Amino acid sequence: MTIHTSRRSFLKGAAAVGAALVVGFDAKGALAAGGEGAALNPFVKIGPDGAVTVVIKHFEMGQGTTTGLTTLVAEELDADWSTTTPEFAPSDNALYKNLFFGAQGTGGSSAIANSYPQYRAAGAAAREVLVKAAAEAWGVAPADIRIEQGVLIAGERRGHFGAFVEAAAKLSPSEEPSLKTREQFRLIGQDGLPRKDSAAKTDGSAKFALDVRVPGMVQAALVRSPRFGGKLKSFDASAASEVPGFVDAKALPNGAGVAVYAKGTWAAFQARDAIEAEWDFAEAESRSTDALESYHKELLEAPQHQARDGGDLTAASAAVESAARTVEAEFLFPYLAHAPMEPLNCVVEPTEGGGVRFHDGCQFPGITHPTVAGVLGLPMEKVEIVTVYAGGSFGRRATPAADYQTEAAMAFDLLGRTTPVQLVWSREDDVKGGYYRPMAAHRARIGLTEDGAIAGWDHRIAVKSILKGSPFEAALVHNGVDDTSVEGIADSAYGAPNFSVSLTDAETPVPVLWWRAVGHTHTAFVMESLMDMTAEAAGVDPVDWRLKLLEGKGKDGERLSGALKLAAEKAGWGAPVAEGKGRGVAVHKSFNSYVALVADVSTDADGAVSIDKVTCAVDCGVAVNPDVIRAQMEGGIGFGLGAVMRNQITFTEGEVDQWNFPDYEPLRISDMPAVEVHIVPSTEAPTGVGEPGTPPAGPALANAIYRATGVRVTKLPMSENGVSFV
Amino acid sequence: MATELKLNGETVTVDAPPETPLLWVIRDELNLTGTKFGCGVAACGACTVHVDGLPTRSCSVAVGDLAGSEITTIEAASGKVADAVKTAWRELDVVQCGYCQSGQIMNAVGLLAETPKPTDDDIDAAMAGNACRCATYVRIRAAIHRAAEIMEA
Repeated sequence: MTIHTSRRSFLKGAAAVGAALVVGFDAKGALAAGGEGAALNPFVKIGPDGAVTVVIKHFEMGQGTTTGLTTLVAEELDADWSTTTPEFAPSDNALYKNLFFGAQGTGGSSAIANSYPQYRAAGAAAREVLVKAAAEAWGVAPADIRIEQGVLIAGERRGHFGAFVEAAAKLSPSEEPSLKTREQFRLIGQDGLPRKDSAAKTDGSAKFALDVRVPGMVQAALVRSPRFGGKLKSFDASAASEVPGFVDAKALPNGAGVAVYAKGTWAAFQARDAIEAEWDFAEAESRSTDALESYHKELLEAPQHQARDGGDLTAASAAVESAARTVEAEFLFPYLAHAPMEPLNCVVEPTEGGGVRFHDGCQFPGITHPTVAGVLGLPMEKVEIVTVYAGGSFGRRATPAADYQTEAAMAFDLLGRTTPVQLVWSREDDVKGGYYRPMAAHRARIGLTEDGAIAGWDHRIAVKSILKGSPFEAALVHNGVDDTSVEGIADSAYGAPNFSVSLTDAETPVPVLWWRAVGHTHTAFVMESLMDMTAEAAGVDPVDWRLKLLEGKGKDGERLSGALKLAAEKAGWGAPVAEGKGRGVAVHKSFNSYVALVADVSTDADGAVSIDKVTCAVDCGVAVNPDVIRAQMEGGIGFGLGAVMRNQITFTEGEVDQWNFPDYEPLRISDMPAVEVHIVPSTEAPTGVGEPGTPPAGPALANAIYRATGVRVTKLPMSENGVSFV
Repeated sequence: MATELKLNGETVTVDAPPETPLLWVIRDELNLTGTKFGCGVAACGACTVHVDGLPTRSCSVAVGDLAGSEITTIEAASGKVADAVKTAWRELDVVQCGYCQSGQIMNAVGLLAETPKPTDDDIDAAMAGNACRCATYVRIRAAIHRAAEIMEA
């Protein structure tokens, strides 16, 4: 997908500034400074009062981006944290792209990682022109000027940023302004920087898309096929039209359902529920979960693709066959819904001149913008996306098809394009609405030598590809292998001789999607369960076993080992564990970060499990905001635990069995263990933390439960497969 | 079918049919959007408001049943307990996505008003109906203890 940005939209970004100094990048991508209305896309804006605004190219779903990117600019600028404020960037692929993706969007725990050099450079450029301006005004050398909390100081002279913005706006920053050394950091790596979104999110004033109010706006709810892949044949709105507030009902042009409009969300839901619809299920999924599970297991018999570099199935099988001992296991993972707290929704309103404005907790403007422009037949510059806070995502808002924004565009179009429309999903729509973490089956046969070394490993995975057929296929599917189907195993640092990882793509109309940590959500569970199983077979302590396998495995091996040793030490690994308790470990690399967890569990008289504590060690390179990192580890661990404990989406003859939180029960505070997070000191480039806490949580728990109860969980969720929780 | 409500200290008249859940009157008619929609079936607590001082799931109470009741939403939550809770939430940076936090805060205020020095078990029991998909629970627990300290000081 190539996005061309017109000069007009380029200028629009800058024209909205209202600031005296703007620093960003010019049309050629070079650092530039200017005044209000300058032809550059701003990353940093400084007003005459000295207040600093940092333009945030990523969205905020809770992961802390607004705080993180603001930190990078404030650090290089030595700005006053209390008067430095984030502001979401407009939708513009050319100007605000994720440097890892080539398109504007958030995902893969990449926000800090891709922005670290860019935002620091922008902050340093702003510093440079301000210092130059002050140096000229004061007749001193730039080197004699220092900045403290947004105040430039040279000897007895002091002046805040605002005093120099006008002069600074006429200067050009150098191509590569000098950045601070690590020793000079005063914000990066420090605790005590309050989150930028804390105040608004504790007094009810933070605006999410569901909170957007536009005069004349109506709400729209959709009737969707009860089976994935069903097409609307006909509908009857006569009962719906009796609902007070009902406005209209229209069939969607793609056959996916009916848009039901009303004044007010409650009326829209009531009217939607009163619609009688007939469906054509010829191409729909009509299998039940049992059949889908059998199907995935059968696929393991017929591997399609080799996913490990140098892997050879025949050699691996032969090595396992001739091994002294074998460890064999089959694993099965259910579909999972993301269930962000804010149900999906999006506002579309008409703008002057036949354009439209979307208000959206927009995770991937680089996909959404061209997609909705296409749906509406409008040129890109007629479509504006206003990014607002997102009430969670966990991957759900970044569909390659821009699913809910497309629905909103269609609903807006069907009503005549003059009425603002807020498309709202109910929780039932969300739970039953697809785009799940796919069902996955794994089978591993591992051969061990007499002296307990791995001799061969035949690993097979069957899962529906998330990326085939999407705009990401070209980048992330190689030789038929969707990287996200096998990541975490095909590229595992553990390694072994005769290691084959084969993949078979499952086919089903059930739409699937990345779910916090994507493929790692199943691969880490399998790999780290197998590590404990093979350690036991070899008669070696689980931590020692992992450390041995990671020896000589390069940087990944070193960093995994480092995190593992730290977590083990802090958790008191090796100390005796009381009867009825269990301690389990897992370590995993994802999104270039390394997380090791030790889980401690207890069982009561009936054998029911409670999770007492999780000790975490994370190596994510330079720790930009340590407290945000701790928060993401706490939350990522909780997200992983809740899912493996009791979450599953199941089907009966193609229809989703679950409907809302009572039967898709989120982790509760009473389930949440104490979490202790330790950050591995590092000088490596910073990497992500939004996802990496999640993958090791499940297997650390499974390994602890095995120690406490003797039950080895290989099918999830645990609560349906032999484990009860207090 | 107008209903008179006492909301955030003011008397307001709303036109919604009496069976309409309070949540939608607050959000769509009165445009007070700090109170959130999460599930619609009283299973997540995002819509928690105070009715006569008690934490109440506004998605599951009909507006017609509330004539004469004092309703308070997050926007107007104030006083010693509410101020302590908000301060503690900010001190500990509890929030992540923030969507559930209005409900968490309203529920925590209800807990502390009743039990000024709650134990972890008290907190878990009182807050178990408030879901947070970001799993900010470690900090919610800590912030409730911190609010209890602030209240005592």
